[in-house]
Amino acid sequence: MNETLRAALVIARRDFSAVILSKTFILFLLGPLFPLIIAVFAGSMGQQIDNAASRPAVGVAMTAGDIDRLNAARARLAKQIGEQALPDLRPYPANSDPEAALAGKDGKAVAMLSGTLAAPRLTGKAADVQQFQGDLSLMISMARAGTALPDTRIETRIVAASSGSEQQSRLLTGRSAQVLLFLLTMLLAGMVLSNMVEEKTNKIIEILAAAVPVDAIFLGKLIAMLGMSFVGIAVWGLTALTGYAFFMGTSFPMPTPAIGWPMFVLLFFLYFATAYTLLGSLFIGIGAQASTVREVQTLSMPITMCQVVIFFFASYAVNRMGEAPEVAAAIFPFSSPFAMIARAAQSDAIWPHLLAIVWQLLWVALIIRIGVRLFRRNVLKSGGGGRKRLFGRKAGPAA
Amino acid sequence: MTGDQITQPYAVEGRGLVKTFGDFRAVDGIDIAVPAGSIFGVLGPNGAGKTTLLRMLLGIIDPDGGDRTLLGEAEPLKMARQVGYLPEERGLYPSMKAAEAIAFMGALRGLPLRDGRARARELLAGHGLEASADKPIRSLSKGMAQTVQLLGTIVHKPRLIVLDEPFSGLDAINQGKLEALIRREAASGVTVLFSTHVIAHAERLCERIAIVAGGRIRFEGSVSTARDRLRPQVRLETRASDGPWRSALPPDARVDGNIWQFALPDGGIEPLLKALVDGEAGIESLSIERPGLHDAFVAIAGESAAREMGRADPEDAES
Repeated sequence: MNETLRAALVIARRDFSAVILSKTFILFLLGPLFPLIIAVFAGSMGQQIDNAASRPAVGVAMTAGDIDRLNAARARLAKQIGEQALPDLRPYPANSDPEAALAGKDGKAVAMLSGTLAAPRLTGKAADVQQFQGDLSLMISMARAGTALPDTRIETRIVAASSGSEQQSRLLTGRSAQVLLFLLTMLLAGMVLSNMVEEKTNKIIEILAAAVPVDAIFLGKLIAMLGMSFVGIAVWGLTALTGYAFFMGTSFPMPTPAIGWPMFVLLFFLYFATAYTLLGSLFIGIGAQASTVREVQTLSMPITMCQVVIFFFASYAVNRMGEAPEVAAAIFPFSSPFAMIARAAQSDAIWPHLLAIVWQLLWVALIIRIGVRLFRRNVLKSGGGGRKRLFGRKAGPAA
Repeated sequence: MTGDQITQPYAVEGRGLVKTFGDFRAVDGIDIAVPAGSIFGVLGPNGAGKTTLLRMLLGIIDPDGGDRTLLGEAEPLKMARQVGYLPEERGLYPSMKAAEAIAFMGALRGLPLRDGRARARELLAGHGLEASADKPIRSLSKGMAQTVQLLGTIVHKPRLIVLDEPFSGLDAINQGKLEALIRREAASGVTVLFSTHVIAHAERLCERIAIVAGGRIRFEGSVSTARDRLRPQVRLETRASDGPWRSALPPDARVDGNIWQFALPDGGIEPLLKALVDGEAGIESLSIERPGLHDAFVAIAGESAAREMGRADPEDAES
């Protein structure tokens, strides 16, 4: 076995055991459940609030007959386009002053419809008028036409597939996978930042650096943290699936990706691994320069912001398959995993993924090499005077 | 400056090694050769460049100039499996158990973990620490933790052991144990290279030494050769305090009452004895002492470097 890889696995094993067997790992595993619990509560409360507040209401200051006809028209329309699409109608005395009603303290109507069905008048703030004008016109037209307006019956034919619909659906799958990939990477990769601090604080780095190549230290730590992340993802994923199956049944609502579910899931894990190691190798290189936890904490904010920017870039490109932004996002190493997982949802070609994974791993190697070089120069105080190649041992006689 | 020539192969060699940190030249063209199977001490005050030299020889840092070979290999890390290293700044993972920490250090240097664990328990038992094998490092005393780290340095049975200030922070009992361990390893054919600022350790242990001061090697050779650089010292006590015999004493002889101290004259002791007897000095006592390594160090590196050595760690210096 390659010596660097062997040494990396020794370090990875130590780090992995140290993390997994620590009590804090339980908290780490429980961590994502907190927002989930909050989300469930918030969702439930939101629904209650939504039900209680109901939809916006338009006050109707017309004769009782007009109001009845208007309500009947609304009921017919609601059957066709849905209850939620139409404002509620709230009856007011026919002689009500619309402006006074809107200014009144009861505040139940956001706009007032007055006059007659033949000459209706809508009073309200500009935005509300603009919002309700169309719906109310439709209701008034139907109320005026009464039964004279026939229902139009459309004959329907169901097809198994529609490419436009599929594209839209797959786009949703791609976007969802992208968001999940980003969330997991952002949550987990940041931990790598502080990974070298323990070795530096406890003076262990000297023992490691004397025994194995620094590349192996970096790689070992990345492997350990990636392993730990996979344990976390496995636990969270299984919990989520079990919860979903328990509450929602076995049907899965997400549209099938173009590449198929098994390959898509495999690619998701591969792209998570590459996204994680890409960011992780950068983080470990930056974090290794820091000598205290405080320095690491200071570094984490700008790094998180950079992650968000990269995600926005990949997200922007997701529905521009084959266009310059999408190709650029696929090529730029840090956005590449996000762009490629979205591509997997929309295109069934395998080879771009093989190419992308090799490309991303090359960048991992390059970033680790740069990080190692900086670490040797700035932390171990080595190689300051010599000229060295990025790969290989030495280029000048001095090194 | 080389004291004598040897014929054994070298375990460690450095030629023209240079290392600069900013404007400070920590190592300034050092040549060093450590014979295989020897106990070799690098002596020098703090800041002399000892640690930087060892780190360069081990491949932890690269020199700005010069060449090095470790067990015949120009890239020292390639020989890491056959080297054990105890750095000056001791460090272990606090939550790791003692036996596991030793096995981990062995695993870093290629020893399978299962073998490392078994050997770790043997070594701990051999040092009276079997009860601590499953205790986390953070629960051990400083001395015990240092012993654990030392055992981690030898667990994989290296051909070369490099110890940077190994006696630093150890009490007298543990210093004695460490000296015994170094002797044992050397007796089994292992090369031991260690740095120290305590001359007594080097004098007791080393076959060869290098005296480093100001980033340069001031002397390299056997301890005996270093001591031979100074003439034996004569200590004379007389009943008379003056007389014609005094002209037989060297002009730079130091006197304290009726006690005289001076380097043995070129002509040897017999002419001096004759002059003392003929001159009726009344010899109370006369001894000829071979100079110690400390005297040789003072002569080679200078009084100020010797003072630095004493000042660096008074506890160690006394031991």
